[in-house]
Amino acid sequence: MSNLSAGQQKYLLMHRKHKRIVRISRILILLSFLFIWEFAANTGLIDSFIFSSPSKIALCFFGMLMDKSIFLHLGVTLYETILSFLLVIAISILMAVALWFSSKLSEILDPYLVVLNSLPKSALAPLLIVWLGATKTTIIVAGMSVAVFGSILSLYTSFTTVDPGKIKLIYTLGGNRFHALTKVVLPSSIPAIISNMKVNIGLCLVGVIIGEFLAARDGLGYLIIYSSQVFRWGGIRIWCEGNLKSFRNPAHLAIIIIQRGL
Amino acid sequence: MEQVLELKHIHYAYHTLEGETPALTDISFALNKGEFVSIVGPSGCGKSTLLSLIAGLLEPEKGLIRINGRYLKESTTNVGYMLQHDELFEWRTIYSNVILGLEIQHMLTARTRQRAHDLLDLYGLRQFETSRPSELSGGMRQRAALIRTLVLEPDLLLLDEPFSALDYQTRLTVGDDIGQIIRKEGKSALLVTHDLSEAISLADRVIILSGRPASIRQTIPLIFELDADTPLNRRNAPEFKTYFNLIWKELNTDE
Repeated sequence: MSNLSAGQQKYLLMHRKHKRIVRISRILILLSFLFIWEFAANTGLIDSFIFSSPSKIALCFFGMLMDKSIFLHLGVTLYETILSFLLVIAISILMAVALWFSSKLSEILDPYLVVLNSLPKSALAPLLIVWLGATKTTIIVAGMSVAVFGSILSLYTSFTTVDPGKIKLIYTLGGNRFHALTKVVLPSSIPAIISNMKVNIGLCLVGVIIGEFLAARDGLGYLIIYSSQVFRWGGIRIWCEGNLKSFRNPAHLAIIIIQRGL
Repeated sequence: MEQVLELKHIHYAYHTLEGETPALTDISFALNKGEFVSIVGPSGCGKSTLLSLIAGLLEPEKGLIRINGRYLKESTTNVGYMLQHDELFEWRTIYSNVILGLEIQHMLTARTRQRAHDLLDLYGLRQFETSRPSELSGGMRQRAALIRTLVLEPDLLLLDEPFSALDYQTRLTVGDDIGQIIRKEGKSALLVTHDLSEAISLADRVIILSGRPASIRQTIPLIFELDADTPLNRRNAPEFKTYFNLIWKELNTDE
């Protein structure tokens, strides 16, 4: 390390400083948000009965940790979300590849995809229950339905915007369309696939929660509905929305880790 | 002399809903083994189309193309095609970019791998084998692209303005460089360019095309009295200017 020039050392120092500022600022924003919330709730600026407060959420969360009921609900929703997320990724990559292979197919299906994507999926959830019953399958399908069409469209778009020169190169090297797919289109779409995954994990969660609202006996969506009903009867706080944030993080983190690895 | 490439009465047109755009009319010429031929013409005259036809990426509407005496479709000869941009993949190292063609054609053996290493070594890219394309200069990237083509051992090289994306200085050195590599490997080459001095400095013969739809206007053999016939030496030779003016005049005369 000693043989670094002064300029390089200065650069590295600046870099570390930059990283530190980013990290500290992130934490500060979170802390000040929590602090202002708690402060406002305690001093009566906002009605803590309706808006709750960080300390109450923490207390409630702690209570659920103690009786371990939170793990059941978290686990169920996590399982459903991950499963529907994986299915969405697999289906949308396969569909986007099929559409890319056949421009005829993509031209034929284009209006259908646009219409299906713009359907109000949450309105479909009650129908799903009628069709599939109040089971886990319904909830997973509900989770998928929110994400899958948009995911196909955005992946297909990124496939078609691959540099035509690179595809021509494959043909000049004696390759066919399959080679163009595996050597150019898929590798160059990895950033698009990852950003697509980031959007989809959130959408799948939304869909799963909607499904759980209507057709579940466990999971976070059920917990929200249950609590808001209990709130009406007995005045227990709604706090589960807060928990949702903490739930979303592990899944998000997993994607970021995958991304870093690549 | 043995003919590597033979074109007879090639016609080609592009079709859109608005109508038909003829690109090539009645193109016939041949390329001998080991010969370097440049094709010049006004921009947009269909020069690149011609190369795509020879590479088999497009099919002529009329006429026939023979490579090593066999029709294009039945030909097993490897035709190397060098594009305007190097098209190196950023997600691959230089070495794995170079072996891309071998991978696609299922020709990856110990021998071909060794050849890839040897070529990288010979042309000064050994220490960049594990680098990403973005770490290389424009000239080095173009050299890597050429090696990617050469490693397939093509009998015929098609060069589609391979230096046009480079800045002027790099262009001269890379042109010199790549011209000499092609000579050294004893390849037959067909260069398409709109840069007259590039065409003259590299080729044995220059074919001049007319504007769209392109037809062959004239073929000019280039003879230089030089001890070391390299592209850079040619640029300083007295004949260079004569040829330049001759081709310039030919390109700019109206029919």
